[in-house]
Amino acid sequence: MGFTERAWRPIALLVVLFLAWWAVTAAELIEPYLVPSPGDTFDAIASRPDYFWEHTWATTYETLLGFVIAAAVGVFAAVVMVQSATVEKTLYPLLLFAQVIPKIAIAPLFVVWLGFGIGPKIVVAVLMAFFPVVISMVTGLKSVDPEMLQLSATMGAKPGQTFWKIRFPASLPHLFSGLKVAATMAVTGAVVGEFVGADAGLGFVILQANGNLDTPVLFAGLLIMSLLGVLLFVLVEWLEHLVLPWHASRRTEGVTTTL
Amino acid sequence: MTGYAVEIEDVAVRFRTKKRDVTALRDVTMRVDPGEFVAIVGPSGCGKSTLLKLSSGLLAPSSGSVKLLGESVSGPRKDVGYVFQKAALLEWRTARKNILLQAEMRGMPAKEARARADELIEMTGLTGFEDAYPHELSGGMQQRVALCRALLHRPPVLLMDEPFGALDALTREQMNVELRRIWQETKTTVLLVTHSIAEAVYLADRVVMITARPGTVAGVIEVNLPVERDYGKTMSEPEFAKATRHIRDHLGAAAVAE
Repeated sequence: MGFTERAWRPIALLVVLFLAWWAVTAAELIEPYLVPSPGDTFDAIASRPDYFWEHTWATTYETLLGFVIAAAVGVFAAVVMVQSATVEKTLYPLLLFAQVIPKIAIAPLFVVWLGFGIGPKIVVAVLMAFFPVVISMVTGLKSVDPEMLQLSATMGAKPGQTFWKIRFPASLPHLFSGLKVAATMAVTGAVVGEFVGADAGLGFVILQANGNLDTPVLFAGLLIMSLLGVLLFVLVEWLEHLVLPWHASRRTEGVTTTL
Repeated sequence: MTGYAVEIEDVAVRFRTKKRDVTALRDVTMRVDPGEFVAIVGPSGCGKSTLLKLSSGLLAPSSGSVKLLGESVSGPRKDVGYVFQKAALLEWRTARKNILLQAEMRGMPAKEARARADELIEMTGLTGFEDAYPHELSGGMQQRVALCRALLHRPPVLLMDEPFGALDALTREQMNVELRRIWQETKTTVLLVTHSIAEAVYLADRVVMITARPGTVAGVIEVNLPVERDYGKTMSEPEFAKATRHIRDHLGAAAVAE
C-alpha cells in the first residue's frame, strides 16, 4: 500500500475540519476572541517566527530528552523485573504508584526541588512516558513461546544467548507499541512541567497568551504542540518499520508457498 | 553403558496444583535401542509429551530414573534434537538463519554449520526457500525448517512431539514419507509422539501405547513391515491393518473402560 493510498483519508478529514474551523470563524458564529480564525492564528506565528521557534525548540528538547530517558529506564526496569519474580513483585506496586499519582499535582514539588530550569519538565515527561514502556516491554519479554525457550535449553544456550537471540528481539513489537504511547505522553509531560513554572517552552507561551486573552497565540501554541506529538509518533513508527521489517502488522502480501 | 539410546525406568511424574496432586505418568518403563524409530501413541493429555521432556531433561521425574545414551539425565541435554507441534521459528530470521540458530547457540564452527545446513535444506526439499521468512512459508515448509534445525548438530536422538499435528491430512502424509526417508538417511534414534495411529505404524519399528490419566504403558507392539515402505502400498498391507487394529482395540477399549 502506497503512502497516498494510506494517507488520503486522514488528510481529507483534516482538510474538512480545517474548512469547518474557517467557515465557523468567517461566518462569525463565534466571537473572534473566543475562537480566532485560521488566518489570525497563522499570522500570530508568522509575525513572530523567532519567538515561536525558540519556545517550540525548548519543548522539543525537553520532550526528546524525557522520551529517551523514559525509554531507557523503562526497558531496564522491564528486563530486571522479568529476571526475577521477587523483583517484579517489589517494583510493580511502586511503578503503579508513580503512574497513578497525578503529575500536575506533584509537578510543583519538582519545581521546588529542581528550580525553574529544564529539570522539572524532564522529570514530569519521564514520569508520564516510562510506564507504557515498562508495561509493554514486560509483556513483550514474557510473550516468548515457552517451547522456544525449551528448545533453547536443549541447544545448550547460555542465559545471555537466549536473551539476546530470542527474548529481546521477540519483545520488540510490544516495546514499540509502548514507545508510541510514550512519545505522545512525553509531549504532555513536558508541557505540564512548563505550566507549573517556566520561562520558555510552548506551555509557557500558552500560559502567557491565556493571561493576555491572546487566543490566536494560544491556538498557535496548541497547534504546534499537537504537531510535535504527531511528529514524534511518526518518528517512532518509522523507526519501528526500520528495525522490525519482519513484524506481522507490517507484512505486506507475503509470498505464500504451497508445499 | 547400558547400550540403550533412551532408558526410562519405573518413572512417575506428579504435578502439584493448588487444589490437588495430579499424577501425569506412573510405572512407565521404556527402552529404545540406538537407531530405532519408536512411536508413542495415546489420547490427548495422557502424558506422551511428558516422556519426551523427561528424555531430554527438560523435566525431572518424581520417581524412577531416566537415562539418555547411557548417562543419567539431570538437566537439559544438548545431545538431542527437538521438534514441537508448532514449528517455533523466530519470525525475524530467514529459514536458513533459523536452522543456523542451533549452530550459534552451540558455538559450532560457522563453515561446518553452513555446509550441514545446505545438506539438510536439500534433503528436506527446502531448496529455493532458504531465504524466505517463516510467515512466507506454509505449515509443512515451516515444519521442515524446524526439522532441519533439530538435525543440524547430528543429534544421536531426535525427539518429535506431534510434529505434524497441525498440518492438513495430505501434507501430513507427504511429511510422513519424507521423515521415514530422512530417518533412513541419518540413522538417528527417533522418538515420535503422535495421536495418529496410521502415522505411528507407518513410521515406527515399535509403537508404545499409553493410556490416559495417569498415563501408563498399555502395551508395545512390533511393526513387522519392511524397511522400505511405500506409503500407499504399506497402507494396504495386512500387517499394517493388523497393527493399527491392535492399537485401536487397546486404546479404544481403555478409553471406554475409563
